[in-house]
Amino acid sequence: MFGIEGTSVALAYGLCLASAALCLIYGAVNFNRGGDEAPKREEVAWRQSEKEVEKPFEP
Amino acid sequence: MSEQDATLIIITVIYLLACAWIGFYAYTKTKTTADYLVAGRRAHPVVMALSYGATFISTSAIVGFGGAAANFGMGLLWLTFFNIFVGIFVAFVFFGKRTRRMGHNLDAHTFPEFLGRRYQSKFIQFFSALVIFLFMPVYASAVLRGAGTFIVKTFHMDQAMTLATALQMAMLIYTVLVALYVIAGGLKGVMWTDALQGGIMLAGMVILILYSYGRLGGVVAGHEALSRLPADLEANAAQAVENYNQKTGEQLTLASVTDMGLAAAALRDKLKPMSEEARKKYLAENPKEDQLLQKFGAIAATDPKGVASMAVVARLQRGGWRGWTDMPAFNTPFWCFMVTTVILGVGIGVLAQPQLVVRFMTVKSNRELNRAVPTGGIFILMMTGVAFVVGALSNVYFFQHGGEIAMVRAGGDSDLVIPTFITSALPSWFVALFALTLLSAAMSTQSSQFHTIGTALGRDIYEQTILGGERRGTTVLITRFGIVLGIAVTLGLAVKLPGSIIPAATALFFGLCASSFLPMYFGGLYFRWITKAGAIAGMCVGFFVSMFWLFCVQMVNARFAALLLPFLNHPNPSLILQGTWRFLDALVIAFPLAVVATVVVSLITRKMPEDHLHKCFHGVR
Repeated sequence: MFGIEGTSVALAYGLCLASAALCLIYGAVNFNRGGDEAPKREEVAWRQSEKEVEKPFEP
Repeated sequence: MSEQDATLIIITVIYLLACAWIGFYAYTKTKTTADYLVAGRRAHPVVMALSYGATFISTSAIVGFGGAAANFGMGLLWLTFFNIFVGIFVAFVFFGKRTRRMGHNLDAHTFPEFLGRRYQSKFIQFFSALVIFLFMPVYASAVLRGAGTFIVKTFHMDQAMTLATALQMAMLIYTVLVALYVIAGGLKGVMWTDALQGGIMLAGMVILILYSYGRLGGVVAGHEALSRLPADLEANAAQAVENYNQKTGEQLTLASVTDMGLAAAALRDKLKPMSEEARKKYLAENPKEDQLLQKFGAIAATDPKGVASMAVVARLQRGGWRGWTDMPAFNTPFWCFMVTTVILGVGIGVLAQPQLVVRFMTVKSNRELNRAVPTGGIFILMMTGVAFVVGALSNVYFFQHGGEIAMVRAGGDSDLVIPTFITSALPSWFVALFALTLLSAAMSTQSSQFHTIGTALGRDIYEQTILGGERRGTTVLITRFGIVLGIAVTLGLAVKLPGSIIPAATALFFGLCASSFLPMYFGGLYFRWITKAGAIAGMCVGFFVSMFWLFCVQMVNARFAALLLPFLNHPNPSLILQGTWRFLDALVIAFPLAVVATVVVSLITRKMPEDHLHKCFHGVR
């Protein structure tokens, strides 16, 4: 394979190309995933309290 | 001054100015501790991936390991596979995402701080920082020495002064240049310059592989010629012996000449360290050995390059080598060194490299890591993959253009194989570009090493352990001081170290990190039941078993021992045990023992507090 005599070396050559291809495919498939990170608990609590503060006054 | 030299100087000046500008810009954008230590946790995915790759790949991977591939052959591509699959894919997807999130949760700024806070242990932070501070300079000094030698040769500095002075001056100038943007710009300066340097490296290596395959008639034709090369060399050497027999009337066989060549090579190695007078005296006292050298010299004279090449190949074959496109024979010294030290040591050791792990904490979310994976994978393929293929194929080129193999053309110094191939086989304009590629590779690795050594000393050892916590506004100053001290240690070591230690020093540090840090790092990311005592036990077992194996067990003629000997007074510290298994890398022994220690001690000791574990694993998935 690829003109390489030893099977294990030819396998290594093929695996190098395959693993680089795996990286490309993984990046393409997951390009937009993982960005919508849940905010930290403290941030959630802070936003909640801000909302409370900014609520319009209702007598 | 030749046109090539002028081009090189102009592009080097432009490049250095660009690095200086980036360093200054990073300086203006560095306001907080997080800016200086983890690039503000807002790095772009491409910058992060190029920085990770360029830090990972030094001149040692291209010139040192590429030159080693001229001997070992394309079997080293297993290392490239590990580099891409483990070093990029597994590292980013299975380690990076968790490290990033947990690092944010724990507000960790360095790898030792990450480990220390994960296990609530100042000792872990201190000890791991100490291991980094003591051993990373060995790796850094090997990179520095490689860069110094390269600068001396490229800019012909040895023509104006002695080689030793030129080397010291080159290392000093280069260190000052790198230090400026590391100290000023922190990790932002390091990563942004890394991205520029990574881009240059990528361009250089793409051109190199295209030209190399082109010069040998294509991918398959080049590989086939390399597979045939041992037989071609043997045919040439047999012809040389035949010519000698016809000339002298003797009846020598190729096998007897090969044995003679091996004996002559061993004798030359023995005589090498002697002075001219001592050598003459020794040969006068041992006339048989003198005759051996003369006779082999006479045979070699019929075809000096061919016979010298055959002698190198015969020597390789004695160690278990079976060709440039085949793996060495199982369980031979060659196999053990190649598989355990180079492929496993470096291939797996990458997962626990402090200067790489910290990169995961520089990005905002997992999306950035997902986007960084393709750049990282292609980058590594084009670095070590190209270097190993070109290193091995250079044998074919030199055989076709002079009837010798690469090691003979390079005068027996594997570090010179790639540079010799570039100047012989590629166009002159590329020589300048490749010089810049190597300079970029060295500087990108070096800058991160200086930054990591400095943060280990300044942040982890001094501030967090000795001072007992952060003092407002002083972290950056203390880290800068740590970097200066780390640089001084590295420079001192680089002056003292012997040559040709680049691959060994790289493998040593990678293996040591894997044995000492990987069990608790992986355990900390995935398992809640690993305890503080278990982590400490694993780290200590990994470190001390590695040390024992390196200093007390491994063979004296190995590269490791050659590396460590200057620091020992014992004349022969490692000839305690005999047998092929001595050639196994420390990682193979120390890592499993460290894993066992981590697991066993964790099972019998007190669990970590639940609220702490909840904080660590918050949002980790």
